Amino acid sequence: MAKGVRDFKRRIRSVNSTRQITKAMKMVSAAKLRKAQEKAESSRPYTGKLQEILARLVAMSSGAKHPLLEAHDPIKRVTYVVITGDRGLCGGFNTNIIRKANQTIMEDERPVEAGIVAVGRRGRDFYRKRGYNLQGDFINLGDNLDYSQAQEIGQFIAQLYEEGAADEVYLVFAHFVNAMRQIPTVQKILPVETPEDIKAEAEEYARFSPDYIYEPDAEQILVSLLPRYLMSQVYHAMQESKASEQGARMTAMGSATDNASELIDILTLEMNKARQAGITNEILEISSGAEALKKGGR
Amino acid sequence: MAENTFLLEVVTPERIALSDEVQFVVAPSVVGELGLLKNHAPIVAGLRIGVLRYTMPDGEVRHMAISGGLMENIDNEAKVLAETAEHGREIDLLRAKAAKDRAERRLAERQDQISYVRAQMALLRAIARIRASEMDQ
Repeated sequence: MAKGVRDFKRRIRSVNSTRQITKAMKMVSAAKLRKAQEKAESSRPYTGKLQEILARLVAMSSGAKHPLLEAHDPIKRVTYVVITGDRGLCGGFNTNIIRKANQTIMEDERPVEAGIVAVGRRGRDFYRKRGYNLQGDFINLGDNLDYSQAQEIGQFIAQLYEEGAADEVYLVFAHFVNAMRQIPTVQKILPVETPEDIKAEAEEYARFSPDYIYEPDAEQILVSLLPRYLMSQVYHAMQESKASEQGARMTAMGSATDNASELIDILTLEMNKARQAGITNEILEISSGAEALKKGGR
Repeated sequence: MAENTFLLEVVTPERIALSDEVQFVVAPSVVGELGLLKNHAPIVAGLRIGVLRYTMPDGEVRHMAISGGLMENIDNEAKVLAETAEHGREIDLLRAKAAKDRAERRLAERQDQISYVRAQMALLRAIARIRASEMDQ
């Protein structure tokens, strides 16, 4: 019986060390989550403002043209920029994003070819292994995202679009709601379109103030504005995905820690039972032995 | 004095670098220096790498190094959108000078077109930072 107790002890020790790791990972992601959330928040004003200027510009100078504003016709190639994490151990985070992307590709009833630009190692590995048309990949982005990374990706996508290697481009990323909830989201980024509500507001403005000065001219402004707008959207999506990844990891590691604690409780109980059974057995043996001796003595 | 001021905001993807009432702004637009006072007509301008100069309500002149972008002024709200923006007094002058030397060395090496353009941009940025820093001393 003593051997059984020792087995339990060993298992408890092993579960406990796993729990220590998951607990540490949970705490680390919680700290990283806070930082990622702050960064996602602080990228919002920039994107929002660019969007406003763009909407006004488009509303006021209907003649202005730029390759990134022009819709392609016919649409033959659609590119999905799938933003996942570089690492696992974050519950269903990466799988959910990939599933969303695949589902969107499947449900597209137009006769189009789908291309993938993978941001994050998990996504790249998935699509490479399955022989998808991988148009580009960006990995090892780290937990501390830099705007220059988004610039690089934005530039790459703009080039695909302008060369005709992509007729439409979508971002697939996880929209961060809270640590428990991340919604896989598909967002169209090329050709550049402005959201209806902002567009309406801009048109309203255009009607009342026609004297809007462009320095040097509307076309030039578009040339400098559109790539920036694209990059800022990529950056924002990357930030959202990063915050979601940390949130998902925190939640996953939290429940792993809870499961380990529960397992330790069960094992401890079992161990005590086994120990008690052992003691009971020994007492039983001793007392029956004594009993036997007593009887034998008479 | 307060009635001559308008809002100046400098926004980068990473932060709101500045949000303050100012009297006067001079921005490095692509076609030359662009000065703004209160009640300026609505304007959008492309900005190049350079130094943004603004005058506080108390007359103090401050500088910021910006790495190009856009500026919009509507209803006395001037917004500068730039990839990076640094206050002159925040800039590490030694690092900026080191960056300038590095960029100059790269330019001297004359590699392919892309890294040449990159080095040029880096040099312009370094010069803007050094200028902003020195002017804010």
